[in-house]
Amino acid sequence: MLELVNIHKTFNLGTINEKKALNGVNLRLDEGDFVTVIGGNGAGKSTVLNAIAGVWPIDTGNIIIDGQDVTGLPEHKRAAFLGRVFQDPMNGTTATMEIEENLALAARRGKRRGLSWGITKKEKEEYRELLKMLDLGLEDRMTSKVGLLSGGQRQALTLLMATLKKPKLLLLDEHTAALDPKTAAKVLALSDKMIEENNLTAMMVTHNMRDAIVHGNRLIMMNEGKVILDIKGEEKKKLTVEDLLHKFEEISGEEFANDKALLSK
Amino acid sequence: MLSLIPVLGALDPVALLRALPGSVSQGLIWGIMSIGVYITFKILDFADLTVDGTLATGGAVTAMMILNGYSPVVSLVVAFIAGMAAGFITGVLHTVFGIPDILAGILTQIALYSVNLNITGGKANQAISVDQFPLIVTLREISHTILVTAIITIAVIAVLYWFFGTEMGFTIRATGCNPNMSRAQGINTSVAKVIALVFSNGLVGFAGGILAQYQGNCDVNMGRGSIVIGLASVIIGEVLGEALFGKKLNFCGRLLFVAIGSIIYYIVISFVCWLGLPSIDMKLFSAIVVAVFLAVPYMRGKMKNSYRKAAKGGSKAC
Repeated sequence: MLELVNIHKTFNLGTINEKKALNGVNLRLDEGDFVTVIGGNGAGKSTVLNAIAGVWPIDTGNIIIDGQDVTGLPEHKRAAFLGRVFQDPMNGTTATMEIEENLALAARRGKRRGLSWGITKKEKEEYRELLKMLDLGLEDRMTSKVGLLSGGQRQALTLLMATLKKPKLLLLDEHTAALDPKTAAKVLALSDKMIEENNLTAMMVTHNMRDAIVHGNRLIMMNEGKVILDIKGEEKKKLTVEDLLHKFEEISGEEFANDKALLSK
Repeated sequence: MLSLIPVLGALDPVALLRALPGSVSQGLIWGIMSIGVYITFKILDFADLTVDGTLATGGAVTAMMILNGYSPVVSLVVAFIAGMAAGFITGVLHTVFGIPDILAGILTQIALYSVNLNITGGKANQAISVDQFPLIVTLREISHTILVTAIITIAVIAVLYWFFGTEMGFTIRATGCNPNMSRAQGINTSVAKVIALVFSNGLVGFAGGILAQYQGNCDVNMGRGSIVIGLASVIIGEVLGEALFGKKLNFCGRLLFVAIGSIIYYIVISFVCWLGLPSIDMKLFSAIVVAVFLAVPYMRGKMKNSYRKAAKGGSKAC
């Protein structure tokens, strides 16, 4: 479903701030894979997701989604293949537009947008049913501006928007990091449910090692812009946080540099 | 203080009343331009300074076409298209060449000064008399002008209400509010910005054409300061509309209040003229009005949420 071939990306090349963010990333996801991505600060977790989404062009390498090489496509064209949820709940939705209008925007991802209505009556009915699923009471506030919603509600809505048109790949970039623990757990459970029900291929970046172990069928660890660990299936199910820390030290020869991840074990 | 009394005594209330229809008709014409400003300033979140040039372009195109025997209506259509071209240039400067929004607008505006003089054959102004041409509006027949411009305003609002309800309209609204999210949803934000600028400046050029017919001439300086008038109308309309209707104010209502804001602006201007403010101070006054309207909501927010207040509250708690 997704193939990353030897991806390199350096930011601010030739300046004092030069930073090798991706240093030969290779990864192959099968259809239905749900991969959690962990790593220390600056390991390249979010950078990989941004590279796939096409936020900026990569330096060398190839990105192949569902057999199609998308390396040369700009962000808005790659959107046809992708569903994305961001760390900041404010980023995934349009505050000045209504809940149903936001959903309508997402429903047209990858389609040509012309002069037909931005939202139709039939769609509104469909969205009402989908919003009921979230169990947040949003189905009764469909014409409210999204700016009035809480962070958790906005993140749940973003998740619904990301999966509204079944994406080839769902990219979750620390999408629960800005939420309180209770809301984070809810949104995470919702993510699990949507990925399972729609049989989606997904990548989830997280700071929380326990979440990384509990969710998904595969776990990769990144360090200095490379994938240094790739654990799947039975082996992943038996994994503990201590194992992970130990493995990290073994491979990288240094301590895991992420207080947030350590504290949350 | 005493010296003011004879001055106030000399003011004639009838003169103020007589000025009212003129203010309304001017306000309606500038209201069409202000609705164009609303598209970029409010919906796209883009401070577009092109409009100062575009308004004069619309006026110049209209005047020259009428002088060359074209119908005043056709000349307005061409003024609209000329305005669209100006907006397109600003859009390309910004999206393709990465020039910041305000600077992109200023560059086009300056360039348009020369373009406008070329259109008028190198003359600073060109007269089109209603005696010679069948103009659609003129300041000699104010009630007719009010009727025509009111109908045009309503038609413009109806078209925009429809447009911003379409898929393409949605892309512009989304781009103005959250460009990152828009790209993630497959929207080409550069295209959306250019479309909004094109339509906005089209309306401004159209308004410039109407204004030239109303005044009976076009002037290369007729657009100077129009962004300020546009912003004033947008802000006065918004403050007033929200005060009267609160959250119930929908998109149609907001556009209508932009036009009303423009009328109020011209009534205020004629009121200060009536009070005896010299006309050379008019632009200064306009700038102050806009600065006050922009500053008041910000200052009010700051007062509710100030460090000084926090410090006072803290000492009380002790």
